[in-house]
Amino acid sequence: MAEIFWGTIWPLVLLIVYILVIVVPLLVAVAYLTYAERKVIGGMQLRQGPMFVGPYGLLQPLADGVKLFFKETVIPSRANKGVFLIAPMITFILALIGWAVIPFGDGLVLADINVGILYLFAVSSLGVYGIIMAGWASNSRYAFLGALRSSAQMISYEIAMGMIIISVLLTAGSLNLSEIVRAQAEQGWYLFWHFPMFMIFLVAILAETNRLPFDLPEDEASLVTGYNVEYSSMTFALFFLGEYANMILMSAMATILFLGGWLPPFEVAPFTWIPGPIWFILKVCVILFVYIWARATLPRYRYDQLMRLGWKVLLPISFGWLVLTAGVLVAFDLVPG
Amino acid sequence: MQAYLAEYLPILIFLGIAVGLAAIIVLASMVIAPQHPEREKLSAYECGFEPFDDTRGRFDVRFYLVAILFIIFDLEVAFLFPWAVSLGEIGMFGFWSMIVFLIVLTVGFVYEWKKGGLEWE
Amino acid sequence: MILAQLVFYLLAFVTVAAAVMVIAARNPVHSVLFLILAFFNSAGLFILLGAEFIGMLLVVVYVGAVAVLFLFVVMMLDINFVQLREGFLQYLPVGALVGLILLVELALVFGSIAMEPALGGAAVSATEAGVTNTEAIGRLLYTDYFYLFQAAGIILLVAMIGAMTLTMRHRPDARRQDIGRQVRRRPGETLEVRKVPPRTGI
Repeated sequence: MAEIFWGTIWPLVLLIVYILVIVVPLLVAVAYLTYAERKVIGGMQLRQGPMFVGPYGLLQPLADGVKLFFKETVIPSRANKGVFLIAPMITFILALIGWAVIPFGDGLVLADINVGILYLFAVSSLGVYGIIMAGWASNSRYAFLGALRSSAQMISYEIAMGMIIISVLLTAGSLNLSEIVRAQAEQGWYLFWHFPMFMIFLVAILAETNRLPFDLPEDEASLVTGYNVEYSSMTFALFFLGEYANMILMSAMATILFLGGWLPPFEVAPFTWIPGPIWFILKVCVILFVYIWARATLPRYRYDQLMRLGWKVLLPISFGWLVLTAGVLVAFDLVPG
Repeated sequence: MQAYLAEYLPILIFLGIAVGLAAIIVLASMVIAPQHPEREKLSAYECGFEPFDDTRGRFDVRFYLVAILFIIFDLEVAFLFPWAVSLGEIGMFGFWSMIVFLIVLTVGFVYEWKKGGLEWE
Repeated sequence: MILAQLVFYLLAFVTVAAAVMVIAARNPVHSVLFLILAFFNSAGLFILLGAEFIGMLLVVVYVGAVAVLFLFVVMMLDINFVQLREGFLQYLPVGALVGLILLVELALVFGSIAMEPALGGAAVSATEAGVTNTEAIGRLLYTDYFYLFQAAGIILLVAMIGAMTLTMRHRPDARRQDIGRQVRRRPGETLEVRKVPPRTGI
């Protein structure tokens, strides 16, 4: 009996605890990302942002959550009820499960699978479903148009993202996320080697998460917030949580691919004292700041410009860079592995 | 094999927890929060007038074209993944083999571009 | 290992159930959603078999791309599905025949492995130890299977051109943005500063 407990059940319990150790701080981080966003944008526009709930408005995200929770869940009478309720859940679930493969530090990873980067690519390519299903199930004109725009936009930028990932893989020589970070310990951050790709990746993740300047699916002026127009209460909150958790996930992905994951910027004394996970979180925060900064600064793109940018600018550039990288690696005999 | 599957177990459990959490959040709110459905509240939003027909109509054929192009390029990316990690093993021949493949697809891409398939209006 | 078996039965059951629902569901969109569920579970089965790369690709390509196109077509095209469903049963013999052929083929495979166990050996260990299966595929695909690989490229090219010729139509009334023209435009071409004396107009 004891053997079964220590051999089978205990590891499972431990696993669930580990997962909760990732999920709970993540949800708190999502809540405070919304707070940080309002504060930072407020600062950029010479306002104060939320100030009343708690000291400096620190309890504002909690208040927002509680308020949404006690709202009525409206299901439109002509909606397709099952699909309507499943759609936000899918968005939320996908934003969470990507975290299973993220290495927070050296060896600090829940599922160290061989094809980690492909897993993240797969999870992000599924993100389109929550939106299509929501738009279709709502049976509302605005939701439908928003979903259509959004899905075409997401798939357009995904190709460029794939090409960028391949460029990084060529230099790292492995699909495993921890290996990619370790390769950067030897070769230096890919931020320097693949700088143009890093910039394109930042643009692509903005488009992938439907954030400004690419938030056409949520265009208030023409689509009254787009695919989630019919959603209320916690179903809306799940879309919201999913969107922000996805932002953090994409930032983590950029950190791993280009900013050396958990590695300190310099391998010298004061920097190496700080543990890896702290560096990881700091880097993720920097990229999140770029997200918010972009939102506060840039105007929204027009739809035809958005598609043009994806297909005619980002795709050819990332494709060219990919061939160039491979060519240089082969020509100078630098291929890893 | 054992160790390999052990790496995937956390993902499975993670998926289970995520599904459970999502379901609990929605259901708990539906049970706890007061629900007063009403006909006008439940009708779909439409700027000020009654929604009069089914909204799922035809739309621009361009969306299909984008989806098809996406499939093709996605496959191209799928072919690139194993190539990128095994480039060291397969040497010059493997490298040029992929370059030929990419040239063929680039021809298609240029054709698209010239024909205006990537334009959006 | 018991856990792996449990997971196998779970995935296999959901796959089969979802596949049945694909043809049983009344609403075509629900059919596609069930198809996606079936794809997803078969990806899980691939991973369980040790083919993690193929499993992930199944999600990326089939669920992430092909099924999106299906959804686009089914959701947004105005097809009268009730009409389409009439005469649904007349395809039953063809379907049964295809199913039967598949069944016979599977029976042959398993039968031959049962009679000559050495035949099954190739299927058990596809990759050597220490080589991930992405790398193993990479080592073979681009060199040993060069012609097939290039043929795949040609097929993709044909698909691209086919999609273009089928769907492309130019709308003469649409206004396009020409970035080059916009940037080249100088104030001199469009603006003219004129001195207007009071009370005369231009």
